[in-house]
Amino acid sequence: MSDITGNTTRWQRLAIIFILAIVFMIIARGVVAIPEDILGVAPHITSNLAVSGVLNPVTAVLLNFRGYDTLLEIGVLMLATIGVLSLAKNLSLAQMRFSPPADPVLALMTRISVPLLVLISGYLLWAGEKAPGGAFQAGSVLGAAGVLLALSGHTRPAWLNVSMLRASIAVGFVVFLAAAVVPMLLGKNLLEYPVALAKTLIIVIETWLTLSIGFMLVSMFIASAAPISRDLEEPVDAESD
Amino acid sequence: MSTWEFAFDAWLVVVLVWLAIRTLSEARLFKSVVLFIALGLFVAFAWVRLDAPDVALTEAALGAGITGALLLDTVGHLRGRKVPYSSAERDSQGKASASDV
Repeated sequence: MSDITGNTTRWQRLAIIFILAIVFMIIARGVVAIPEDILGVAPHITSNLAVSGVLNPVTAVLLNFRGYDTLLEIGVLMLATIGVLSLAKNLSLAQMRFSPPADPVLALMTRISVPLLVLISGYLLWAGEKAPGGAFQAGSVLGAAGVLLALSGHTRPAWLNVSMLRASIAVGFVVFLAAAVVPMLLGKNLLEYPVALAKTLIIVIETWLTLSIGFMLVSMFIASAAPISRDLEEPVDAESD
Repeated sequence: MSTWEFAFDAWLVVVLVWLAIRTLSEARLFKSVVLFIALGLFVAFAWVRLDAPDVALTEAALGAGITGALLLDTVGHLRGRKVPYSSAERDSQGKASASDV
């Protein structure tokens, strides 16, 4: 194996491996000791599934029973995006390209893949009610489509200006927060959806979450990406133009 | 568990551990990142075998896709590509306008 570890000696590395092996064995012993037929919370979830508004237990837990966790997750993701965007020094959304125009193969594959990815994202969002899927999965596929577009030299679309980007990053959290707080105004607890409205609310929340997550991932990627120099074959000096 | 399932799980464990070792011990960063992306996909397999398809979908998209792309960008940065670019919106000092995002 090549040596990329710098200054550590062989014995130091062996000692680290030895310690990690002991930790691994302790953890493995704990995992193996879990009984095979343990059910945990699953019976409670299954018996309350009708009240949650969806048929998939994972979505029910994420969006309804443990909706607070998802709300905080989206808040954290939004904060992280704000942080990454504010650190991007020379990034201007007005720059037209993030990568050189793609060669024909990449251009063709992008033209085929991106509509397909958007369709898959929509399907995952809709299927999240009954099958594996949901907002995070659909949003990450949408983010991947956006990253593919950015990498294949497409210019910024005209409708994507600064306020639109900010709005789309914020809308997921805002909608979820609104849906969480409105029951409090009606006298119930936080995130206690009215049972008759639960399904609709979950679908609405998930839709805006998907949009938001997609835009957040794309902007995090673009803000971290090195904007291209004219010629990618050699590094370009900061002062020359 | 049937023999086929056990064999598949055993193979998956071996591949995961081997990929992880190769990813960490590889000297060339680009190859290391590519191995990391492959590792992400195999971890998605592992999630499927653990009966967690939602997590598998998220792992494949985020762990292999977005994180892999970000790491490849980092490798590009580290190779000495400097920041600036040519843009019509640069002001007269030659610097891009401050982040208006």
